[in-house]
Amino acid sequence: MSKLDDKKTDQKGQEDGVRGFIILFFIIGLFASLIVGWMIFPSLLYSKKKQPIDFNHVLHVEAVDQGCESCHYIREDGSFSGVPKLAQCVDCHEEVQGEDPEEAKFVNEYVAEGKEVPWLVYSRQPDCVFFSHVTHTKMAEMDCATCHGAIGESEHSKIYEQNRISGYSRDIWGKNIAGFKKNTWDRMKMDDCSECHVKNHVRQASVQTKKGGCFVCHK
Amino acid sequence: MKEEHKHIKAKKYGMVIDLDKCTGCGACMVACMAENNVPFKEDETDKLLSITWLRIYKLTNGKPFPETDICYLPRPCMHCEGQHGHAPCVSVCPATVTDYDMETGIVSQIYTRCFGCRYCMAACPYHARYFNWWDPVWPEGMEKYLNPNVSPRMRGVVEKCSFCFPRYQVAKDKAMAEGRREVEEHEYQTACTQACPAGAITFGDLNNPKHAVYKLKMSPNAFRLLERLGTNPKVYYISSREWVRRSGDNYLANEVKIKKL
Repeated sequence: MSKLDDKKTDQKGQEDGVRGFIILFFIIGLFASLIVGWMIFPSLLYSKKKQPIDFNHVLHVEAVDQGCESCHYIREDGSFSGVPKLAQCVDCHEEVQGEDPEEAKFVNEYVAEGKEVPWLVYSRQPDCVFFSHVTHTKMAEMDCATCHGAIGESEHSKIYEQNRISGYSRDIWGKNIAGFKKNTWDRMKMDDCSECHVKNHVRQASVQTKKGGCFVCHK
Repeated sequence: MKEEHKHIKAKKYGMVIDLDKCTGCGACMVACMAENNVPFKEDETDKLLSITWLRIYKLTNGKPFPETDICYLPRPCMHCEGQHGHAPCVSVCPATVTDYDMETGIVSQIYTRCFGCRYCMAACPYHARYFNWWDPVWPEGMEKYLNPNVSPRMRGVVEKCSFCFPRYQVAKDKAMAEGRREVEEHEYQTACTQACPAGAITFGDLNNPKHAVYKLKMSPNAFRLLERLGTNPKVYYISSREWVRRSGDNYLANEVKIKKL
């Protein structure tokens, strides 16, 4: 009898050992896939590119009188000038002015050769998007920082992260891979536009969705 | 704030085309294709496969020589209002690609949402919708002539006339830069309207008594295509000829034309 009992407890002990091993294996697997999914994959998803010139916004904002609009202004026809062209920069940067090697690089490589700088635009939207800067900044009196963040306070150009699948910037897709958003400028997807449009009742005239008409922001 | 919005009268952009003036020259079709980056193929002989947002049809009264008469009829998208914005295409779209905007009365088409089921093409009684069987290929150098305000389409999606809506967006931008919220009649005109050498096409807000279309659409010679389907289109045609007006809809041989619905 006692021998049989011994055998049973032995078997039980063995089973417990196997079960513990399975649970351990499961936990290791879970953590491994969490790390791959939340950390390794997101970093592989984006390629990192450096701007051709490391631009110092702080230095430039100090030198101009009208803040952002000194360089990123709205044209007379209502269109937005976007990133300044070389001609605008040449007004001041015909010759090297300071000690900064980045400025010397800019003057020698682009100004002297008359070549436009291939800036990487963090907020570049897809072709099908129509965004009117004048509507938002002039009529709705919004600050640039609401969508773009405190970019005017940056001393260096941040790394441009490009989505390898879609080709769009990470500033469009959002920093947080889980989709959490702390600031209004963390993401620039359609949902982020419509979130604000719904809140402020901007042209909620669509028949299908009862929300904003599609031809408000699409073209 | 919400109340304020409700007081602004909704616009209803529409078109009145005088068929007595139309010579069928096709300038509107050319202007439309150039304005809207409409793709074309090397071989355009098979018209079933061509994309023409605006297409000119030739009508004949079918009578022998002395009484024979023809009429050219340009056909853009009718931007049907249906009942409360339920245009035939809007009702059938499973992906909210096409939508009716109550503020402008324009039926929109968002190409990036479209997955090409073509229900809308089947639903449209005017054949105003076209399917992209291929990706557009522009002849070398021609991509420089593309209109940057109009997004190009890709293979597998449906496209149609938008009443040159990007022109409205651009006009609105200009108005806002000048501190105005509303766009003047002359600031937003479609490409076909401006290209027509005979001045047959008039475009404007059908709800605005100051716009030319407001009066023109009330002409006793005005009619719309397939009105009896209840699509409530926003493109009006004018013709002084009874047989042209009659060919705008289907009538029984012995039927006397019913005036307006």
